[in-house]
Amino acid sequence: MNNDPTAPGFWSDLAEVLVEATGETLYMVGVALLVTVLVGLPLGVVLVGTERGGFLEAPFGSRRAGVVINRVLDFLVNLGRSVPFIILMIALIPVTRLIVGTFIGSTAAIVPLATVAIPFFARMVEIAIKEVDAGLIEAADSLGATRWQLVSKVLVPEALPAMMLGLSTTVTSIINFSAMVGVVAGGGLGDVAIRYGYNRYSVTHIIAVIVIVFLIVMVLQTIATRLARRFARRSFDSRGRTRGDEADAARELVSAVDDGLLPGGSRR
Amino acid sequence: MISLEHVSKTFGAGPRAVRALDDVSLEVRQGEIFGVVGRSGAGKSTLIRTVNLLERPDSGVVRVDGRDLTGLSSNELRQARHEIGMVFQHFNLLASRTVAGNVELALELTGVARDERRRRALEILDLVGLADRAESYPAQLSGGQKQRVGIARALAGRPKVLLSDEATSALDPETTRSILELLRTVNRELGLTVLLITHEMDVVKTVCDSAALIEGGRLVEQGGLVDLIRAPGSRLARDLFPLGPVPETSGTVVDITFSGGSADRPVIATLARQHGLDVSILGAAIETIAGNQAGRTRLEIPGTGDQIDAAIADLRGQGLLVEVVSQPSEGVRA
Repeated sequence: MNNDPTAPGFWSDLAEVLVEATGETLYMVGVALLVTVLVGLPLGVVLVGTERGGFLEAPFGSRRAGVVINRVLDFLVNLGRSVPFIILMIALIPVTRLIVGTFIGSTAAIVPLATVAIPFFARMVEIAIKEVDAGLIEAADSLGATRWQLVSKVLVPEALPAMMLGLSTTVTSIINFSAMVGVVAGGGLGDVAIRYGYNRYSVTHIIAVIVIVFLIVMVLQTIATRLARRFARRSFDSRGRTRGDEADAARELVSAVDDGLLPGGSRR
Repeated sequence: MISLEHVSKTFGAGPRAVRALDDVSLEVRQGEIFGVVGRSGAGKSTLIRTVNLLERPDSGVVRVDGRDLTGLSSNELRQARHEIGMVFQHFNLLASRTVAGNVELALELTGVARDERRRRALEILDLVGLADRAESYPAQLSGGQKQRVGIARALAGRPKVLLSDEATSALDPETTRSILELLRTVNRELGLTVLLITHEMDVVKTVCDSAALIEGGRLVEQGGLVDLIRAPGSRLARDLFPLGPVPETSGTVVDITFSGGSADRPVIATLARQHGLDVSILGAAIETIAGNQAGRTRLEIPGTGDQIDAAIADLRGQGLLVEVVSQPSEGVRA
């Protein structure tokens, strides 16, 4: 194998490498995303609920339990969001080994990827749910809703447009981080960039990886934005402010948190 | 149907504590529309929210349909809330659901089967006049239509009681009237007991059978509208028929309240003919309240003390409520 695009077999080798790597990346990102949503969504809901005056203020009848749960989760989320990914990845090696059996390969990479994405997405969920009008919670209460019904029938459906945008930002950062797992032999497009681009100095490989990653991000962003718009199109309130505006506001907030302009902690 | 007994509620603690409800007792009879009037901050919102325990009072008893809600477990309270519908000033509809979906939400929470939910939602939407908008989203509706959806949602579970928290305050006068008519209709057709709070006297005048005035967390007055009008010195009656400030004049100024049968009596002609007094009308307000013509007239009566005393006695003898609001400062009267 060589770096010379004019050499025989270069393009077919390139294609083969890229197809395999793209598959690995999609696999890592896809599973990590699934785990992130499954864990991050309830986490975000509990974060909002256990706040002072929240709907889960006093779980098991104890306000103290609510405070403790809120503080602990808030701390964990902040911790997860503040440790640089490359360090987190190395620190998690024993955990990864415990769960997957090895710390090398695409499957093993899912563990650090989900670990870094869960706190991030949980914050997005928290912000999206806080945006839901308190009047709706009151209406659900007046109708005799249980807490579970409040969450599943009111809060989550109403927060869906903003959560969709949060999800799209989350996917982008998972893809971003997935490139880094190439460092610890996690496979995927990042691995290609390191092995061919860095070690062998193949510009063609680097460009190809950039193009593919860009395409993946663009496609996913477009899908997420479309979905968010579709949910939001139904709704603008009587003050003429569209839910689209709210979604935009949420997105700005998301990127502010993302950029570290806002503390990762509670919004207040 | 609804009764509050010595209900108190304080927000905050220490010197900054606000006593939102101060020993409030109130009785809403089966099938009537009861209005609580007050300015913002008077505690009326807290009051209506204690009825379904969205706000739990510090002390006192809240009874709905004979049952003390304050003693219920949270599970029993949820069940009890299915019997108490509530509509809100800002509608509080789910933007993610259609009109029918919003109404069905109330039934989903009680575990009604899908087909039955659908049938009931359309039935109740028909009652509020929105059958053709079942598949619209709230964002596509006007304020009045949104409130109709709010009412439909509140009624879907066949409650015995409807609480209305400033339901018309975000609406224009014409829409307000149509929503009030709807409340009247459901009150009559479904035999629903309605407790509403408002800061608009017009709302009370238009739909209420009984009313209460709340000020600084205390109920200052309450009773049937017709009785309130006849009660001397009633603040509510004065607010229902505002005659403005008392002007400075040299004569005696009296406010006469008519109600029921006395409304069509020729009072001014009587004064002029039998007592030879040239009265002038300073102000008047006539309304139909709870099906009765009622009103107030402010008259200025010139003349001396004895003449006026005789005239007032005569008017009172006819069953009219006469209140002297101003007398000449040069004490002609003893």
